[in-house]
Formats: sequence, structure tokens, C-alpha cells
Amino acid sequence: MSTKTETPVKKKNQKKIQCFWSWVIGSVILRLIIIYFPKNLNLSSRPEVSTPLTSIRRLAEGYWLKQSSMSPYAGSMYHGSPLLLTLLGPLTVKRIEGQPDHLLCSLVFVIADVVTAMLICAAGKKLQAAYSSSLQSIGLHHLSEDSDILPSGDFAALLYLWNPFTIVACVGLSTSAIENLMVVVTLYGACARLAPLAAFGWVMATHLSLYPAILIIPVILLFGYGPDAPPRKLFRQRTNLEVDDSASGDRSCLEDELVNEKRMLNVFSWRPVVLFLFWALLWSSYVLVLCGIYVQQHSGLQEMFKSTYGFILTIQDLSPNIGVFWYFFAEVFDFFRSFFLIVFHGNILLMILPLALRLNHRPCFLAFVYIVLSSMLKSYPSVGDSALYLGLLGLFAYELKDMQFSFFLFSGYVGVSLLSPVMHNLWIWRGTGNANFYFATAIGYACLQIILVVESVSAMLNHDRMITKLTTAKLQNVKS
Amino acid sequence: MAVASTMILVISLILFLPILSSSAIVAEEEFSEELLLKPLPDRKVLAHFHFQTEAPPIHEDSFARHHHLFPKSISQLVKKFHVKAMELSFTQGRWNYERWGGFDPMSSQNAKPPGVELWAVFDVPPHQVDASWKNLTHSLSGLFCASINFLESSSSYSAPKWASQSALGSLRYGSLPREAVCTENLTPWLKLLPCRDKAGLSALMDRPSIYRSFYHSQRLHLTASKALADGLESGIILEQTLTVVLQPDIQRAGLSSPDEIKIQPSWSLSSIFGRKINGRCVLAKSSNVYLQVERDLVNQLENLQKNTAAYAANDTSIDVLRRNLVFEVSNTPDRVHRELEKSSSILYEYSIKEYNDAEQFDLSLTWKYPVVWSSSHAPLYASRFLMGSGNERGSIAISLKSTELTKDFIAVNNVEEKCKLQVNVLQIVPWYIKVYYHTLQLLVDEKPQAVTDFVEKMSVSPSEDKVSPGVMELVLRFPCDIKSAVLNIDFDKGFLHIDEYPPDANQGFDIPSAIISFPDFHAGLQFSNDSISKSPMLSKLQEKSPSLSYTEVLLVPLTTPDFSMPYNVITITCTVFALYFGSLLNVLRRRVGEEERLLKNKDANKVVFLRRILNKLRGRSSESTPPPQQSSSSSSFINPKLILKVLMVAGLTIEWQYYLK
Repeated sequence: MSTKTETPVKKKNQKKIQCFWSWVIGSVILRLIIIYFPKNLNLSSRPEVSTPLTSIRRLAEGYWLKQSSMSPYAGSMYHGSPLLLTLLGPLTVKRIEGQPDHLLCSLVFVIADVVTAMLICAAGKKLQAAYSSSLQSIGLHHLSEDSDILPSGDFAALLYLWNPFTIVACVGLSTSAIENLMVVVTLYGACARLAPLAAFGWVMATHLSLYPAILIIPVILLFGYGPDAPPRKLFRQRTNLEVDDSASGDRSCLEDELVNEKRMLNVFSWRPVVLFLFWALLWSSYVLVLCGIYVQQHSGLQEMFKSTYGFILTIQDLSPNIGVFWYFFAEVFDFFRSFFLIVFHGNILLMILPLALRLNHRPCFLAFVYIVLSSMLKSYPSVGDSALYLGLLGLFAYELKDMQFSFFLFSGYVGVSLLSPVMHNLWIWRGTGNANFYFATAIGYACLQIILVVESVSAMLNHDRMITKLTTAKLQNVKS
Repeated sequence: MAVASTMILVISLILFLPILSSSAIVAEEEFSEELLLKPLPDRKVLAHFHFQTEAPPIHEDSFARHHHLFPKSISQLVKKFHVKAMELSFTQGRWNYERWGGFDPMSSQNAKPPGVELWAVFDVPPHQVDASWKNLTHSLSGLFCASINFLESSSSYSAPKWASQSALGSLRYGSLPREAVCTENLTPWLKLLPCRDKAGLSALMDRPSIYRSFYHSQRLHLTASKALADGLESGIILEQTLTVVLQPDIQRAGLSSPDEIKIQPSWSLSSIFGRKINGRCVLAKSSNVYLQVERDLVNQLENLQKNTAAYAANDTSIDVLRRNLVFEVSNTPDRVHRELEKSSSILYEYSIKEYNDAEQFDLSLTWKYPVVWSSSHAPLYASRFLMGSGNERGSIAISLKSTELTKDFIAVNNVEEKCKLQVNVLQIVPWYIKVYYHTLQLLVDEKPQAVTDFVEKMSVSPSEDKVSPGVMELVLRFPCDIKSAVLNIDFDKGFLHIDEYPPDANQGFDIPSAIISFPDFHAGLQFSNDSISKSPMLSKLQEKSPSLSYTEVLLVPLTTPDFSMPYNVITITCTVFALYFGSLLNVLRRRVGEEERLLKNKDANKVVFLRRILNKLRGRSSESTPPPQQSSSSSSFINPKLILKVLMVAGLTIEWQYYLK
């Protein structure tokens, strides 16, 4: 009986795997086809793709300046990391006869995208396994079976690979593909409890774009408590109940182990966290030394920090992008500038603590929320950032299945991504539109992201409530 | 009486002797005025006024410097800011290099880019140069009623490296292409002349006719001559020029028959300026008017004369030159200068004597026969243009086209195997034009070439946002048989803060002219007469200066934000952020279960609360007389804990105040 049921499941799995891989290969082929379009369809100069931080042209300029023995940061053109310059710089210059100009760079980005997707997939599998086991341990077997139906890792990976935003960012040679990779490396490392890997990802992501620095909280929580699980209170209730049970009647060795395990779950384990922090320190000093070597002939690390982090924080470049800061700071009165800079950056930091308190049992989801927040409140956001969080959204497909406004959000994203280029074209190229039209789409986009983050958080909390209710009901049943 | 008068004489002699003796040692200040007139091939006339004032070096220890002729304001400027050399020009219109000549001293020295151009070399330590420049711009803007002070900000001036080898590091260059030039700039300029525009050649400067011209450029050039010995302060040479290209009235030439249209319009000083010369400025050492006949025109003349045998006999006589087949000059020149080379330009010299109202000097040139000639051209004709559309990006292209001089050059240098033509390009772009220097492309003879094959040296100082402009200096070496070359470089257009836009933001922004120079070619006229060296203008014309040309000013339209929107943008954006913050916090704070429980227990809670209060009151009433409600609240105010809290807050505020102070 069991063998009979197993074989179709295996076949189904194999089919699923084949299906998954064919979709992955399909996405790679699509990218390659678009790369071979003349001039990459001009995607690399779109304001949605190339911000001052992620533009490949600026990187090429920085590399050229470096090659002509000037500081790559001379002339406020390049604002990225020196390490990225060493990696991608030579590729921007190298040309292969008869091939598109930036073929090698594009290949790097395609590989980065695929690796990101694979890591998301792996992280998703780990999360799912952990989640279903923890559901089982609090006795919600049917829920765990439900969550097993949808392989959220594969789903998230494909969502990431086939998201038009990701494709556009990848083909448009935006360096955000590499930033995303580093963020995902962090998450994967933390889910797989590989402290060196997670520390490397975190340090690199922070080095590349500063905002992932806030991911240190979810990563520490991941190391401390383990991956996402239902609220910890439920385990405690459950264990209490089991202890009561065991006191009253027969107990087996196996159950005892289970109880111990559950106790372990509630305890914040310091060892991996300290290990992670140690590795983070090591990696960051290593990165700093490398950067220092690279820029030592010029003004040194101080200039590097000034023109990377300083540039991000002071929002000097007012060229249009899909965020709202450029227009705000182009219009705001000069004497309010620093005040609003502090307020807007403070906005990210302000929400960190409340979110961490409320979602500390779901560190991966917390990381997702932080990523959404930072890509919404970033000084130079691009679609590459949205691509990352939309991909990660797939990881929580099961928990967020009751999310409200999902159709509205979907159509909103489609609408904004169609309207925004039109408004940009009207304003910049035709001169018939106005900056306000484009800014209106940017505001619309910001609102959509706000709704997304608010609704996803509330859906997750509702899910937790549902689990609590179910378990308490079960407990009461057991008790009675 | 006699004794007294002799006494006075002696005393005065004693008093004035040192002054006389000291002035005897040092040379006198000198002033000279000259005017050069030149018919141009396209029926226009060039008038070039040249005034030179020289202040000789004097002893440093003399307390006050007294000037007879030299303008005090300029000498103070030089003393205060330690200016070694300086040139300031106000120009309206563009010098037409194709028609008016691109390879003669006139074009390479006096053709200037539109608007204001200023360069200065300072004799101060390198770290003080910028401060001196800033002060100098402010003083000059006060002196000449122009907004030269806009050159003060570091984003509008630069320090080119190879523009002058001698003044490395102490040279600053800036230009304001948008500056409108008018009489308010000319009047202070004229004030520097000893006779102003009351007498002498400057009296010709009739404002309407000058500002009606196709091109006018007023220039002020300062050079501090080197101190000969220690203890001597350097002398100053102030050179003021006004170059005007005028269109003579066509009516005078008469348009009766179609044949006559081809004839150049005849003109005279009175017809082009509406005035005649009343006399020289009495303070001037020399006062001359020159009429230049260009090289190619002389060639044409000679060809014509060869054809007609009648003139062959007396070729060299002055009268023939004055009165020939083609044109006739009204006055007999005092002197005629010819260039050394065969087939060279001719210069007629008229010195201005004292004239009175009855007899005034008026020079007129009457054309008799239609003649076509062309001016000398620079080896390559340079022009610059913008490419691309839209307000996001574009590219600047500098195109160099060969002219007939390049062919001559090839013919001359044909013996050598590899003849090279050196071209220097200096381009300064404002910071809001974000140039990608790695996109520099070179098309030689319409074929893309590797930049490294032709660029011998390249110096780039990229622009920094709101701090410094981008400077690109190129030394290019082309083969002589080059037909055309195009330099192409991409840029992104910047987006500015609303305060940084000028009042008329939609007009666009100007990119200052690029400077193209040919260091191998020296534009200079060689005259045989030694007497010429006395004339400052002619010695200037003889100077061997590299051929130089300015390209067009480019007008780049930049996108504008909505200038009326700041409040709306601030309020809308802040609303969105408030929405985000409030709704997210609300979601985090909400507890569905708690709410339900609260709702259930609300009534019960109320009852319990009331009972508790009643109990309290009852308990107290049992102890003593029931206190009124107010007293209980006041007693809670005097709660020691509360007092402590209030004190703490007060302390904190006091501390805060202190800290702020």
C-alpha cells in the first residue's frame, strides 16, 4: 500500500523538478535573447534600471578614471564599491568581435540572477522543512500538509527569475543584481546556519549598498532562534501540556526528546550569533583592507566612504528615478534639506524595533519586510530592489495566502510599470508632459509598496492568530 | 622783489629737484592710440581700435605711486592681487572664422567667445591663487558693471594645465557665455583712457553704430612687465582693444544696376561711424590710422594689373597702390608697409595730426571693380555641435575640417615622411553636463579610429557636482592629409535644485566655447620697416602667436521641475510617509483577541472600577471627614513620586538649554 502511494509521489516530484529546471532554463534563454537585441533595447539607460549607484556606464567611467591613474571617485560619477570595479571594470572594456558590447557583463549578471534564484530556492526548502516540522510539533498536522503542497522555494525562485523587473534589471546591466545576490546569500547562510557565509553576504551587501545593514537583526534572530516558526508562546503551552500529560501517565523516550527540542527552540542560542558577529568582523575588516589597497594611491578610504555612503545619505544626485526623494529634494527649500534627510532616513530606522518585537519568531519574514522598507525608502531605488522583495514574497506564499488587496496590488504594479515609462517619455523626451506626472507615478508606486508591506505584515499576524486559535482550541480539547 | 622772486625760485627748485631727478631716472608713462581698418570679403569692414598705456617700473620704496596717464584703478588692481597677466573680454556676436579670417593675428588675438571671458595669471603661492581670483572677479565686476562676480564660484572657473606652459598652476580661466554686453560695459572701459572718448580716435566710437555691428569685442589685456632690478616694482602694460565688424551702408554704393551689386560697398569713416576724426588725443605719443589690404586681395590686384599692361610700368609707386583698378583710397598714406614675403598684405599708415572743426580726417575707400577674395584660414576649421534629442542625455561633437591652408602645409612638408598636424583642444563643461570621458570617440575621415592612435596627451579633470567644472585638454596629432576629424563625447544632463535654475530656465544652459589651437602655426605679419616696432599695435601684429580659434557656444536645454510645486510636493510626500508609518504601526499594535476580550469585559470592568472608587471613598470617609474631590486630586499632585518626575524633567530641560547654549 505504502509503496504504491510512494511511486506516484516520486514521479510527481520528478516531474516537478523537470518542470522547474525547464522554467529556469527558459528564463536564462529569454535573457540571452534580449541581450542580443541591438543596444540591449536601451534598457541600461532607463531611469528605472540605472540609478547613479547601479548604472554600468558610471561604473565604466569609474574604471576608465582608475585606468588613467585618477581616483575612480573623482568627478562624482561613480559611487559604487571599488571591489565591484575590479570585478566588472575589465569586463566593461573587453569586447568580443561580432558580439554585443557588454556581453561579458551581461553574462555575469545572468549568472548572478540564476545563483540568486537557486539560493532562494534552497533557503525556501530549508524554511519549509523547518516550518512544517514546527507545525507538526504543535500538533497542527493538517496545516503542515497544506503548506507542503506548494513548494514555496521553487515558486519563489521562479517568481524571481521570471519577474519582468528582474529581467529588465539584469539585461539593463544594473549592478543591483549583485547586491541582491549578496542579500540572498545572507539569508541563505542564516537559514542554513552557515555563519561565515551569512557574514560574508551581510558584509558585502552592506558594503555595496548600505541599506542591508539593518538585516543584521533578522540574521541574528535566525541564528538565535532558528528559522520561521509559529509564535513561541504556543510551544510553551504545548510543552506545559505535555509535561502535564507525562506527569499523569506513560511517557516514552521519544517524547522526552521532543520536549527537549521544543525547549531548545525557546532559548536564544548565543553561540552561532557570536560566531556570526566574529565572522562579520573578520569579513568587514578584510573588505576594508581590500578597498584600502585599491584606493590607497588616491584619497583613501575616507573619500570612498564620502562618495559611496555619503552620496547615499545626502542624496546629491537629483536625477529622476522610481522613488520620491529626487523630486522632493529638488523642490524642498535649502534650509529644510538636512531636516528632511534625517526624517526620511530615520523613517527606516524607526520601524526596525517595532517590527523586530512583533515578528521575532519569523526572522525570514522580518528580513523580507526590512528589504521592502529599505527599497521603498531608499535614496536611489531601482526596479532591481523591487525584484528582490517580490521574489522573496514567494517564500511566504502559504502564510500570505489570505492577504488582502492582492489583486489590486498586482494590477497596481502592472499599471505603474506601464505608466511610469510613458510619463517619463512625455516629460523628458517629448517635452509635452511635466515633472509632476512622473512624480505622480512615483508616489503611486510608493503607495503600492506601502500597501504591500502593511498588508503582508497584517496577513502574517493574522496567520499567527489563526494558528494560535487552532492550537488553543486543540489544547482545550485535549484538556477537556 | 627780485631777491624774493629768486628766493622763491630757489626754494621751489630745491623742493622739486628730487621729484624731477627721480622722474628723470624712470621712464615716462606712455599712451598710444591706433585704429586699423580692413575691408572683409563679405562686404563688411573691420575696425580695430588699439590703445596702449604703459606704466614703467618704479621704486618700491616710494610711498605713493603717482600716475599721469595710467588708470589708477587698474594699477591698484595689479598691486593688490599680484596679477602677472590678465585678459578680460566682452563680446557680442561670433567671429566668422570662415569669412573674416582664421589665420591672422586679428582672429587669433582678438576674436573672442561671446559673453565675458577672463583669464588671469597670478604671482602668488599656489594656495592663494583661488582667493586672489575670487577677489579679482569681484573688483572687475565692480569696475566694468558686469556680473563677472559669477566667476567667483569654483564651479564656473578652472585651471587648465597646458593653456600656457609658463604659468602652470597660477592660471585661472573662466567665461560667462550668457553675459549681455552693452554701453554700460563700454563706458567704464573708455574711462580708463586718458582722453576718454572726448578726443582722439576714441571719439569715433559712436554707440549706436558699434552696437549695431555684427561683432564687437572689447578687450582689456594686462601684462606686468618683469622687474629689471630688485627694489623696482614691475611696470604694467595695459592694452585696450575694441574690434568691430560693421556693415557699410549699401545705399551709398547705389543699387541702380544689377552689375553693381557685386561691387563691394564703398565706405568712409564718417559713413560707418557717423563721425570724423577731429584730431589726436594730445596725451598720446602716437596716433595712427591704418588700412590693411589682405594678402589674397593684393594677389587679386596684381593679377588684374598684369592683365592690363598700362599699369605694369610703375608698379611700386604709392599712388598706384592708392588708386588702382579696383578701389580708390581718398587720402594719400603717410607710409606704406608691405609684408616681407612675396604676395603679401599691404598696410597704409596715416598719422593723425591736429585737425580742427573745419578740417577733419576722414578716410574713405571707394570700390570701382567687383573683386572676390577670401581671407586666410586656419589649418582646420573647427565647429562644435550637439547631438541627440531629449532632455536626458546627448553628446558633444567637435568637428575639424581641412581648409586650403592644410593643402599648402602638405605641399611645404611633402619632403618629410610623416608630416603631423598638432591640434590642441581645451573644453570646459559645467558640472550639470555630466560627461562620460570613457565614451570619447574619434572619427578620422569619417571612419572610427582608436583614440589612442591620435591622442598624444590627454588631461581630464572630471566635474564634481556643484564644486568644479569638467576640463578636458587634448593634444591631437593628425596626419597632414586629413580631410575631417570628429571628436565625439557623450554626456548625461544633470537635474538641478529649483534654486539653481536661472530666471529663464527653459531657455537652456550654455556650454562655453571650446578652444582649438594649432601650436605649429604662427599667425604673424612680417613687415620690413624697422620703424614699425615703435607702433604698439603693429608690434602686436608681428608677434608670433599660435593660431587659435573658439568654437560655438552650445545651448543645452535642461529639464525643469515644476517651479510652483514645492509646497505640494512637500505635503504630498510627507502625507505618504505618514500613511506608511501610521498604518504599519497600527497593524503591529492591533491585537484581535485582546480587543474581543476587552469588548466582553467592558461592562464588567466599568462596574468593578466604580466599586473600587466607592470602596476607596468609603475607606477614607471612615478614617476622617470625607474630603472633597478636588483635594484628593491635589493630594495626588503632591505625590512625592510625581514631584520627583517633574523635577527630573525640569532638570533635563535646563541641562538641554545649557547644552544648546
